[in-house]
Amino acid sequence: MLGKLSWSAIPFNEPLPLLSGAAVGIVILAVLVIIAMKGWWPYLWREWLTSVDHKHIGVMYVLLGLVMLLRGFSDAIMMRTQQAVAVGDAQGYLPPSHYDQIFSAHGSIMIFFVAMPLVIGLMNFVVPLQLGVRDVAFPVLNSVSFWLTATGALLINVSLVIGNFARTGWMGYPPLSELAFSPDVGVDYYLWSLQISGIGTLLTGVNFVTTILKLRAPGMTYFRMPVFCWTALASNLLIVAAFPVLTATFLMLLLDRYLGMHFFTNDGGGNQMMYVNLFWAWGHPEVYILILPAFGVFSEVVATFSGKGLFSYRSMVWATLGICVLSFMVWLHHFFTMGAGADVNAFFGIMSSIIAVPTGVKVFNWLFTMFHGRIVFRTPMMFAVGFIITFVIGGLTGVLLAVPPADFVLHNSTFLVAHFHNVIIGGVVFGALAGINYWFPKAFGFTLDERLGHASFWCWLIGFYLAFMPLYMLGLMGMTRRLEHVPDPSWQPLLLVAEGGAIVILCGIACQIAQLYVSIRGRDQRRDLTGDPWNGRTLEWSTTSPPPAYNFAVLPKVETVDAFWHMKRMHQTTAKSGYEAIEMPRNSPAGFIIAFFAVIMGFSLIWQIWWLAILGFLAAAIVVLVAAWSTDREHEISAADVAQAERAR
Amino acid sequence: MLVVVIPVILATLAFAWWYRASNDRATRASDKSYEGRIEFVVWSIPALTVILLGGVIWIGAHQLDPRAPIAGKNNPVRVEVVSLDWKWLFIYPDLGVAAVNQLVIPAATPIEFQLTSATVMNSFFVPQLGSQIYTMGGMVTHLNLLADAPGEYPGLSANFSGDGFSWMRFVVKSVPAGDFNAWLSQARGAGSGLDNAGYAELAKPSKDLPPKTYRSVEPKLFEHILERTMTDPGNAGMGGAQQGG
Repeated sequence: MLGKLSWSAIPFNEPLPLLSGAAVGIVILAVLVIIAMKGWWPYLWREWLTSVDHKHIGVMYVLLGLVMLLRGFSDAIMMRTQQAVAVGDAQGYLPPSHYDQIFSAHGSIMIFFVAMPLVIGLMNFVVPLQLGVRDVAFPVLNSVSFWLTATGALLINVSLVIGNFARTGWMGYPPLSELAFSPDVGVDYYLWSLQISGIGTLLTGVNFVTTILKLRAPGMTYFRMPVFCWTALASNLLIVAAFPVLTATFLMLLLDRYLGMHFFTNDGGGNQMMYVNLFWAWGHPEVYILILPAFGVFSEVVATFSGKGLFSYRSMVWATLGICVLSFMVWLHHFFTMGAGADVNAFFGIMSSIIAVPTGVKVFNWLFTMFHGRIVFRTPMMFAVGFIITFVIGGLTGVLLAVPPADFVLHNSTFLVAHFHNVIIGGVVFGALAGINYWFPKAFGFTLDERLGHASFWCWLIGFYLAFMPLYMLGLMGMTRRLEHVPDPSWQPLLLVAEGGAIVILCGIACQIAQLYVSIRGRDQRRDLTGDPWNGRTLEWSTTSPPPAYNFAVLPKVETVDAFWHMKRMHQTTAKSGYEAIEMPRNSPAGFIIAFFAVIMGFSLIWQIWWLAILGFLAAAIVVLVAAWSTDREHEISAADVAQAERAR
Repeated sequence: MLVVVIPVILATLAFAWWYRASNDRATRASDKSYEGRIEFVVWSIPALTVILLGGVIWIGAHQLDPRAPIAGKNNPVRVEVVSLDWKWLFIYPDLGVAAVNQLVIPAATPIEFQLTSATVMNSFFVPQLGSQIYTMGGMVTHLNLLADAPGEYPGLSANFSGDGFSWMRFVVKSVPAGDFNAWLSQARGAGSGLDNAGYAELAKPSKDLPPKTYRSVEPKLFEHILERTMTDPGNAGMGGAQQGG
């Protein structure tokens, strides 16, 4: 009746996950009760849960990413603490069975449920505004994408209290992830939560490629698009090309586990090397799916706060597209040590270092944008400067790892761990935080506190260097990753420094929470009434903050790159008359309801409750069909209403 | 690389400082956003660096290929390596002995490794001696190493392999040729032999095993392990992954 599920699935003998799970449960319950008592449910349902407005979906994505950052970061602190204390004879406070879950969850969560939602959230909010249009190509699909991502995030957290998570690392390499070596539900939690959120991500990719190719303001040719839109296009093209590979790979592993097939097993003709190949055929493009939009954010931020157009817009675009194509030709550098011959390794080593060319060009372009500029050091610009310095170090160690003979001694060491945290924190996270600080006033109509923003930046920057420079050194000393117990006592001092760095980053996160709190509390003094608080260059700044549901009462006419900058220089103002009726998509509960059934389906599949899984799938499928065939999907805002709303601003 | 990276970092800091809005002495050019000569330099610097690096990669990948035999004045010694849950088995097929979690080799002598795994994927790595290579069930990988000088070098698995991963460590003892022969006769004269039953016992999951030698080895044990890994469903030890919750 209930498949593999029984009371033994709840880890009563491990207080740590149970207590933290209970604490999170109580917080969620309290929030729900407060919402109910204040009577906010109708508002929440109408404006957020069922909203198909790209701006609201974007905000929800970013919120999801930030909440999951707290989860992923608490995993990080636990790992750092274990490694700092479990040295020599000491065993630390975490048994291997728990520690192994923590680093697996940390990686999976940080990539799929922190970095991805933050990046996709920013793209959601910004891209239609920058393109000068009213929504994405498929608004309801957009809502479905978000809710499927949220489903995955929920399932991965359920593993904390019901059953357990994978103990295989976030890559889930077979045969360790096969049934013979991981018979419990951990790997199934990993696979199903990523499968379900992966479908959401793929749909996002389809949606944004279509939006950017087919929906742009009148006059906005490709070479007048803001660089952020170009990077979003490249990123979403990669999503469309790469995510099906991941889905198919996970599907094969699921068939191995559920139906006894032999795609990746030791026996029966399976080949684990195929999984490793396929995983990274997705995995390397994924790196660029994350970093390209961050490059886009920095391109906007550096230009705006230098008061100057981006240096060599065209080469920035070509560099972006170059990276987009090259990112599919380097995946083998993740496993030089699997025994491919010297010719193959040399080819992929060279291809990997070639990516440094367009990336280097981008760095120089940001540098020359600052040159002769008038730089204002708002929080986003601080992150941009911190990013350039940090990222070139990450690029340097990356190119080093691309040299096969060097990789043969650095592979899977903490040097590698330091390298990818260097580019992901220094690149993606700094990019997301810069983007949040930059576009927050546009989203909510008031600015974020600068003092706490700066404090958070310094904590992140210093914390990063303290946490990861020691790992670079330890890697060179021969320390490998994923150690639950550290054999060499002479490594302990550096591990303690790394622990200190993690605590400094924690202060940075605390500053951000304080920044949000202080800014929201003082929002009436912080209102941005101009809609253009930074003297921006692109179209999102030409509308009000926050923008109306329809973004632009009259679609802007674009004559040049940096369209809004040009309009300001020409003293063009937005039209105050000649409004026309606007067709807007109606709210749709489809995404939320599909996610509800997807949670049931995913959970049942994990625990092999077959009847419930089938019911969940059928119910979700019916909702999809009903939503797809409904005709009443749009409502019209009449010209008079638009005029009235515009006068009220 | 540092020749490029350090100036970039310094330039970033210098530009950020000099062109700050409050600096009255800085010259501004508000909308000059393209300059062909700078553009040329901007593409050339990384491109030239990478061309240089490409040569290094090609030559390095071939010269330091783990498959490539190492020339030495002594005859090479063959060692067969099997990763188990969670220990390392070293078989000397030409010498008829084996050892667990300890690898004794003659110094200044090329060692030819053939490696496989009787369980999940691991990576055989002796940081002070050079390259690592994955061990994978049903497959053989190749590695050639040489220890110049006598000494003790820690060895480990560099690829996560389950709950006992942290303990998958061994010691490489590089000894002078005479000492190696002495160790060999000592190993042949003590302890038990490694037959099929003994191997089955050894293959069960265990961790932190003290180093041990076997006076003899079942002939073709390495080949048998390969075969067994390919054919047995849920081969070898069950990983021990089902312990705990």
